[in-house]
Amino acid sequence: MIHLEGISREFQVGEETVHALKNINLEILDGDYVALMGPSGSGKSTLLNVIGCLDHPNSGSYFLDGKDVTSLDETELSLIRRNRIGFVFQFFHLIPRLDAAGNVELPMIFAGVSREERQQRVDRALESVGLSHRSKHRPNQLSGGERQRTAIARAVVMQPSVLLADEPTGNLDSHSGQEIVELIEKMNREGLTVVIVTHDPGVGKRARRVITLHDGELVSAEDQGFKG
Amino acid sequence: MSFLDLLQFAWSALRGHRLRSVLSTLGVAIGVTSVVLLTALGEGARIYVTSQLAALGSDLMIILPGKVETSGVIPVIGGVPHDLTLDDALALQKRIPLIRKLAPATVGQTTVSHGSLSRNVMIIGATPEFLDLQRLKMGRGSSLPSGEITRGSNVAIIGTAIQQQLYGGGNPLGKIIRIGDFRFRIIGVMAPKGEHMGFNFDEIVMIPVATSMKVFNLTTLFRIFVQANSFQDLEPAKKQIIEVIKERHKEDDITLLTQDSVLASFNQIFTALTMALAGIAAISLTVAGIGIMNVMLVSVSERTSEIGLLKAVGVTRAQIILVFLAEALLLSLVGGCTGLAAAILSVRLVTDIFPSFPAEIPSWSVLLAVGVSMLVGVMFGVWPARRAAQLDPILALTRR
Repeated sequence: MIHLEGISREFQVGEETVHALKNINLEILDGDYVALMGPSGSGKSTLLNVIGCLDHPNSGSYFLDGKDVTSLDETELSLIRRNRIGFVFQFFHLIPRLDAAGNVELPMIFAGVSREERQQRVDRALESVGLSHRSKHRPNQLSGGERQRTAIARAVVMQPSVLLADEPTGNLDSHSGQEIVELIEKMNREGLTVVIVTHDPGVGKRARRVITLHDGELVSAEDQGFKG
Repeated sequence: MSFLDLLQFAWSALRGHRLRSVLSTLGVAIGVTSVVLLTALGEGARIYVTSQLAALGSDLMIILPGKVETSGVIPVIGGVPHDLTLDDALALQKRIPLIRKLAPATVGQTTVSHGSLSRNVMIIGATPEFLDLQRLKMGRGSSLPSGEITRGSNVAIIGTAIQQQLYGGGNPLGKIIRIGDFRFRIIGVMAPKGEHMGFNFDEIVMIPVATSMKVFNLTTLFRIFVQANSFQDLEPAKKQIIEVIKERHKEDDITLLTQDSVLASFNQIFTALTMALAGIAAISLTVAGIGIMNVMLVSVSERTSEIGLLKAVGVTRAQIILVFLAEALLLSLVGGCTGLAAAILSVRLVTDIFPSFPAEIPSWSVLLAVGVSMLVGVMFGVWPARRAAQLDPILALTRR
């Protein structure tokens, strides 16, 4: 359901043009569990941003769930991100003045979901990540692992088709990192398509498919079978 | 998203940096308080002065020699106005039955003395009708002699301050007072009156109008005060006066002031003054608006990762503009309402301390204050809001 054809992305950095992605062809089916790997500067985060409709490719086409999203305007792309995509970031990006429940509720407020329904869905989301008892805590009162779990709850509360995680364990100790990977895998087992960008080989080993990038090019796509 | 949710989100953002928000609302509050308070004080001054003027009486008119335009610096084809004479006054009285009373008057300034004491005072040349029309009473003795106004005798009436200063507060009746080079006999003392119509009547000396024209070598009267039979007769009397004078002077070279016209000019002046005050106060509101814009710009630059996150979870650019605009609007509205409350309290304080000062908050200034504070919020919030909406989410999110 994610179909990329001939995707290229260039940036102007001063006087030079950086080719972040060169002619990428990629297909990710529903329910897949993919790791995007490669050295620093290989373009894996840029690819994730393109898949997440946060960045526009300069050429090529991208079909998401059968719909051509390369021709959409900014407002339509916002709606795609709202309803179909869930993001998880290395630095969590929780809003510090809101508690855990407030952070999870955020996408629904702007989607126009009613207050009562928001309450129910927040409760369910926090329960699914095991944080029901910490819903009233602010991010500065939560541990790193708990913060990332809040971020994951926020990412899934709108029931997206795909979860995109950019180095989700990069800012966590190995124990919390392990918990987070296991949580993401649990969601994948329940049917959520997952794409993780990681440079941690330990994380990469666990995915069903590993896509490796180097200098903006797709160098390998390996099927490892699910090891979860 | 619902309106209530938008407000709540904006409010939570403002509470996130409380001190900054309070200081910028303070700026708007001060601006609004100044606009409303100054216009209320201006209104009060206007009402006070015009009510004093209203005491003049609505059936009175004042005739001045010369048209207002001819007394300007630019020479007019008509030339110098004709003298307004006692004969003119007599003619008006005889020919216009709508006039109940009239009082020709002159003013001059000179030294008056008794014995070794002297003072430089204002001398009014008048008739007993003048005292009636100005509602002046006699304290002692009699008023100016009635009868033929073209004949002037050498009698005088004085104010209580003159009585005090030249006659030691004792009985001056029958005593001599020198006015310029002439000698007058005092026949009366006016009752204390104080400030009225720009003169302090306790400090003047009044003599018959014909005599005053001799003393000061005048050919024209200063004013003729006219009382019509009733308020309705004022306009027709006015027309007839102009007719008579046109006949006698061969042109219409007098100015007629009725209470209405004086009131109208004063109203105009005071309204202009109040507008000027409001304008100056509005400038302070603009400064407050710049303060809001500054606070919002800082807020946007501090919350770049929040804005990036919002975009990542699918908040549209339009919604981001709404959020930041709502914050700016909230700041300015809270400031506006606080300022209004402070102004209302201040006006109440002023009227408590000065009960005779009719300070009143005109309803248009309330609307102006609230309207302008909302406008300020929107105008000065738009640019920061647009900057927020145009932020590149990837750059915002790759930062810590």
